[in-house]
Amino acid sequence: MNLGDQLLQYLFTGITIGAIYGMVALGFNIIYSATGIINLAQGEFVMLGGMMMVYLTAIIKLPMVVSFFLSILIVTMIGAAFERAAIHPLKSPSVLTLIIITVAASILFKGGAMFAWGKHTFSLPPFSGEKPISVLGATILPQTLWILGIMGATVALLIFFFGFTLTGKAMRACAANRTAASLVGINVRTMVLLSFALSAGIGATAGIIITPIALMNYDRGTMLAVKGFSVAVLGGLGSNVGAVVAGFIIGIMESLGAGFISSGYKDAIALVVLLLVLFIRPSGLLGSRERAEFKKF
Amino acid sequence: MDSILQIEKLKKKFGGVVAVDGVDFEVNPHQIKAIIGPNGAGKTTIFNLISRIYPPTSGTIRFKQHKINELKPYVIAKKGISRTFQNVQVFENMSVLENVMVGRHCRTRSEIFAAIMNLKRTRDEEKRIHDYSLEMLSFVGLETKKNETASNLTFQQQKLLEFARALATEPDLLLLDEPAAGLSVPEADEMAQFVYRIREIGITILLVEHDMGLVMEVSDEVIVLDSGQVIAEGTPREVQNDKAVIAVYLGERETENANHTKS
Amino acid sequence: MGKKNILSLLILAGVILALPLGLGNSYYLNVLVFVGIYSLITIGLSLLMGYTGQISLGHAAFFGLGAYTSGVLSTKFGVSPWLALLAAIFVTGGIAFLIGAPALKLKGHYLAMATLAFGYIVFIVFNQASSLTSGPSGFGQIPRFRLGNFLLRSDVHYYYLVWTLVIVVLLVSLNIIHSRVGRALRSIHEGELTANIMGVNTAKYKIQVFVLSAVYASLAGSLYAHFITFLNPTPFGFHFSIVLVAMVAVGGMASVWGAMIGAALLTLLPEYLRAFQDYDILIYGSILLVIMMFLPQGLFAGILGLIKKER
Repeated sequence: MNLGDQLLQYLFTGITIGAIYGMVALGFNIIYSATGIINLAQGEFVMLGGMMMVYLTAIIKLPMVVSFFLSILIVTMIGAAFERAAIHPLKSPSVLTLIIITVAASILFKGGAMFAWGKHTFSLPPFSGEKPISVLGATILPQTLWILGIMGATVALLIFFFGFTLTGKAMRACAANRTAASLVGINVRTMVLLSFALSAGIGATAGIIITPIALMNYDRGTMLAVKGFSVAVLGGLGSNVGAVVAGFIIGIMESLGAGFISSGYKDAIALVVLLLVLFIRPSGLLGSRERAEFKKF
Repeated sequence: MDSILQIEKLKKKFGGVVAVDGVDFEVNPHQIKAIIGPNGAGKTTIFNLISRIYPPTSGTIRFKQHKINELKPYVIAKKGISRTFQNVQVFENMSVLENVMVGRHCRTRSEIFAAIMNLKRTRDEEKRIHDYSLEMLSFVGLETKKNETASNLTFQQQKLLEFARALATEPDLLLLDEPAAGLSVPEADEMAQFVYRIREIGITILLVEHDMGLVMEVSDEVIVLDSGQVIAEGTPREVQNDKAVIAVYLGERETENANHTKS
Repeated sequence: MGKKNILSLLILAGVILALPLGLGNSYYLNVLVFVGIYSLITIGLSLLMGYTGQISLGHAAFFGLGAYTSGVLSTKFGVSPWLALLAAIFVTGGIAFLIGAPALKLKGHYLAMATLAFGYIVFIVFNQASSLTSGPSGFGQIPRFRLGNFLLRSDVHYYYLVWTLVIVVLLVSLNIIHSRVGRALRSIHEGELTANIMGVNTAKYKIQVFVLSAVYASLAGSLYAHFITFLNPTPFGFHFSIVLVAMVAVGGMASVWGAMIGAALLTLLPEYLRAFQDYDILIYGSILLVIMMFLPQGLFAGILGLIKKER
């Protein structure tokens, strides 16, 4: 393979994983926009999605399509349950309290997954076969196309939801100004619940589509959460376009870094980017500078 | 006589909103000067610019002839400007006395090493901090509450606590942000008395206020702000009769007149 | 400092002195050494999180930096353990300063994630820089401390060394808390901007506390390295950073005594839950969740509060 082909290959790998990071970041954004909370358990939703899918297809032996939607549904309900049990009852919690609670929740999800399915690494069969497709000298797995396609569909659905449905607009109103939203009759508490449910669903989707390529085990959640957060911050917390774009940027950087520099350090790339963004321009690429200044944490 | 505070062409934009639009004024030592104006006129913004909560978009703030707009807030405190807050910002979980003692921070020196070694000079300084703070509490009449948690105080008491804390910094200029806000008429009167007594100590006072009674009674000079600009400046009487000011307050004026005829 | 604290310190010293005589059994002594080592970290963390209100989700990194610097210097470069410990403090403190200065300008979640990222990066470096750290498999043969000709080898020796240092660190921390600096720290927690306007140089104090807590953690790390005499990256990852936060949260954030109690509880608890080997993480998570929801000020302050109410 010559350099150009190699580059292209890394690019393809990068967009594949970048799409996943982008979806995790979207999950962060949804909860953050509606509530101001950063849900550090976001990565576990991804993990649970993948694991649940494996369980339903391999053990319960349900058909793929059924398992796909059922897994998303189950994890969505887990997300909602989490909100009801651990977030809803709190009365004006401090940031520290919220952070520790979401961390504790992520630990519980991780522990629960380990309890239910053990520490093994699991795989899923690719959705439509394993034969790599040749594109311009490099190869793409069919699964990658599924990933990009499903991510595209998810983003389209989100755009439709937030832009054209009453509920979606209500959530955006909450994000912009909670008090005003509740004054015009929007049930803020329901919106919070919905944001968690939606985030969980998106996370689960991401987990399901990446497992055929990257495999899944109970421990994957944390790293995904950290990288997803890096992407969200790079794109600008709250900016969905930013999340998608930043996801690809970091995915590609990681892939190139792993290929050309060192695969051992590749995880550090997203982390270093996160630190740089936080130190230099916390509002990220597409976030509003002033919104970052005034947003209350 | 050199002015103690000079505001020159001060401008502050928040995104598209111009909160302060080219404001000029001066405050003379030992004066009590008030800034009044309708809501959103930019009064608290000016205070926040002086305290350097955020930087001005353009313009200069001079304190004792030195430009201060680029200094950090704690440096400005050390230079001699202190303030109270419109929505009281006491340190809720600390005791009343501790709140005031924090005010002494910029006038004292013991740092972490001295604290660890518990040197004699540190203990002596701690005693001085304690005693001075207690004095400030006596000044505002809160000495009996010294060990009370600040969040347990009444609203008026918390405002007085803020006074004491600000005074503990030994300011030359004290910014009072709506000292009468949220207080009943007798409580506001008490506040006015405190303002006088603070001036007697030699501190210059710049206050922002909505309560016209307090302002007219207590101030030497008044500045009227509207939409970020100064529309009038002078003695309380002059300002009361200023046509531009009356126009801006037209609604309130009519209501006041109506109330006077009723009583 | 207050008579209560002095009394408590004396009682603690007494208990520590007497305990080995009563215990005899070396196993518990061994556990108590770890409780002491972890207490060193949690005391610093409670100063940072409880008093000053700053979050760190990456403190295991400083523990690890102390351990690895000490270990590597004394094995690969033949430096005496005591000097290595001192060097580790400077290295860790220096790194804490470099990362703290920019990071502490951040607030809330941003700060939490920055510390998390930092912690993870350090963990990755421990794993990858094999020429220095011997990578995931680790290295051994770390020399023990010597006092003159006396080699500190047994659990009892270590127990006294560690707990003497805990008392010193407690003393230092209590002095800081009950000083002008301590008040400044708490004012930062109560309202950082307000404290700044009232004359407190908040940036400086935040960095100082951060570095101090890192120094305590480094001290703990060196003690750990020269006790176990073997190091690999596993104990210094995100898991342990969370355990540390749990210890502080459970024991009581704004209390150095609570920090010690938290360290004790969450070290002793797994010992009693040996059967639950892997599920300790589930138990940590549950405890954390429950405490944060119902007793956010921690067990120590929470129970004190309940006792006061009963009266």
